[in-house]
Amino acid sequence: MLNHAEASEKFITNQERTDWHDDTLWFVRSKRDKASKLLPEWEALREQASQIKEHMLSNLPQYLLEFEAKAQANGIQVHWAKDAHEHNEIVYSIIQKHGDKALVKSKSMLTEECHLNAYLEQKGIDVVDTDLGERIVQFRKEVPSHIVLPAIHLKKEDVGETFHQHLGTPKGNKDPQFLTEAARIHLREKFLGAKVAITGVNFAVAETGEFVVCTNEGNADMGAHLSDVHIACMGIEKIIPKRQDLGVFLRLLARSATGQLITTYSSHFAKPRAGQEMHIVLVDNGRSRQLARDEFRNSLKCIRCAACFNTCPVYRRSGGHSYHQPVAGPIGSILAPNFDKKANVDLPFASTLCGSCSNVCPVKINIHEQLWFWRQDLMKEGLAPAGKVLGMKLMAWMMSNPSVFRLAGGIGRKVMSWFPFLVNNGMNPWFKQREMPAPPKQSFQEWYKSNRS
Amino acid sequence: MRVALFVPCYIDQFYPQVAIASLELLEKLGCEVSVPKNQTCCGQPMANSGFAHITSGCDTNFSANFSGYDYIVGPSGSCVLHLKEHHPDAKIRASVFEICEFLVDVLKVKSLPSYFPHKIGLHQSCHGQRGLRISSMTELNEKPFSKLTYLLDLVKGCEWKYPERQDECCGFGGTFCVTEEAVSVKMGQDRIQEHQANEVEFIVGADTSCLMHMEGILKRSASNVGVKHIVEILNAHA
Repeated sequence: MLNHAEASEKFITNQERTDWHDDTLWFVRSKRDKASKLLPEWEALREQASQIKEHMLSNLPQYLLEFEAKAQANGIQVHWAKDAHEHNEIVYSIIQKHGDKALVKSKSMLTEECHLNAYLEQKGIDVVDTDLGERIVQFRKEVPSHIVLPAIHLKKEDVGETFHQHLGTPKGNKDPQFLTEAARIHLREKFLGAKVAITGVNFAVAETGEFVVCTNEGNADMGAHLSDVHIACMGIEKIIPKRQDLGVFLRLLARSATGQLITTYSSHFAKPRAGQEMHIVLVDNGRSRQLARDEFRNSLKCIRCAACFNTCPVYRRSGGHSYHQPVAGPIGSILAPNFDKKANVDLPFASTLCGSCSNVCPVKINIHEQLWFWRQDLMKEGLAPAGKVLGMKLMAWMMSNPSVFRLAGGIGRKVMSWFPFLVNNGMNPWFKQREMPAPPKQSFQEWYKSNRS
Repeated sequence: MRVALFVPCYIDQFYPQVAIASLELLEKLGCEVSVPKNQTCCGQPMANSGFAHITSGCDTNFSANFSGYDYIVGPSGSCVLHLKEHHPDAKIRASVFEICEFLVDVLKVKSLPSYFPHKIGLHQSCHGQRGLRISSMTELNEKPFSKLTYLLDLVKGCEWKYPERQDECCGFGGTFCVTEEAVSVKMGQDRIQEHQANEVEFIVGADTSCLMHMEGILKRSASNVGVKHIVEILNAHA
């Protein structure tokens, strides 16, 4: 597997596509800016959302139990999963009970995190992702590159070709309207045939035992309403205390994500309709571990709007797949080390720490600070390459000893003037596409000594 | 007012003109400026690479050089932010200032005898902007302000322009510039392109590290656009 730097380098090889990716996502960020600036209370809303989540995280056990009790009273079956594997087993056992071989699934980052599709496919279940972008990447045997815009790494020509192969649309047809219609007809069939529907959960209300699913395509509703069994999968941090809190979160979510005032569908599921079975799977999968870490607990406030993706200058120029995680971008980089430090050691370094992510975050997660904290954590755990440790120790030693610093600086500048090829060569990544600064004859301290003292 | 000039290590070694301009400018504005001789580095390169746990030698050396002054002033938002956020001594954290914020907030500069008849592109370095709040940020719903443009507007002849994306990062990012070389350079190229579209003569900012990165890219493409630290402009005269 390529690390972030290697995968990005590959991504950038196609400059034209990189520019298109960058511009497209910047456009989404600009729409978000416009929408947020139309609300004079925007910053207060962010603060309120952050505080509600803060309160929820501090009282999570009570709210989870309250939610469970209310949901059960509504006739919803509640399941608890400590990790991804348990989650997948629970979902499979429900499907098995109904003896079905196919199901429809709307967007759920949690099921991506748990690799549910791969698990079910191994068991012989045909999972159909019904979000248009997710269906496109599913056809291509890829994973989403963005949590709100799963196929944003693809252009309409790519989609045309994919649909030609999988849906038999005419070769070369890349008309978005036509292709969407083809997907609609294809998915309609799948909706009508499926007995089981899986959805994600955007918000679960402890007070009422209901959950809210937000989509723009209505595919979650279509699946849930046509199926005999509705399984909703959610991370335990999706709880909010009261229904009125939705007045804060629903206003922030779509504005942050796409600049819309609200998602086209914000559907409340409170109880199964007559004859239907409704299940909720509450999944921990490392969340309580993250909750116990002071520096990182706030990452659990995330409402998966992807505003941090769209604003991130690194994400826009490296693409979601370079993060090799179901959740990419800045938020993914602070969530991933919780799952596997060694495999994700590159991600907290895939950032310039510019801080734009923290500024757009609707729940005010200090994302760039957490990237910094993860760097400390991972390096202290000895996950740095030996060369880096040595280099850092050498630098720290030199900078602690002014005479060494002066000597090394003087020698360094002379070497650069006299033997430029020692610095300006292929071994120096700086020099690949950039010139080195021209070394001056005197350092400032040397100038000061000869001119001022 | 006893001011100590903090000269970040790479400015000392590669951009002495930025430190000289800082010194002259502060003196011109009536400060009694000392230059602690044994200063080296604030420790940021190690800390941002995940090695904050080995910077105590740097911290100690910084304290030894900079204790006892009313203000510590440096021409680098990034290094100053690091000290403000991570230096163990609370007195140091409270007295360290980036030079533009020092000029505006402490010296309350109302006029400058400066003259710089050129068109410049303003680069807002992230740590100064988002970390120290030297200017408002496009992500936030807040009233626009900028300590940098306030100062530039006092310079006779100087015309400044923002690039199309007013406050996007240039991609320097400390060791990021070599560990993520491809993205870093692409980010820098994109910034430069927007400045060039504005037909500026210089790209100007308050952080030499960003400028060093963009200068490296500009030179490689044999561009006639130069870079300057903002103090070089504030200190320029006819």
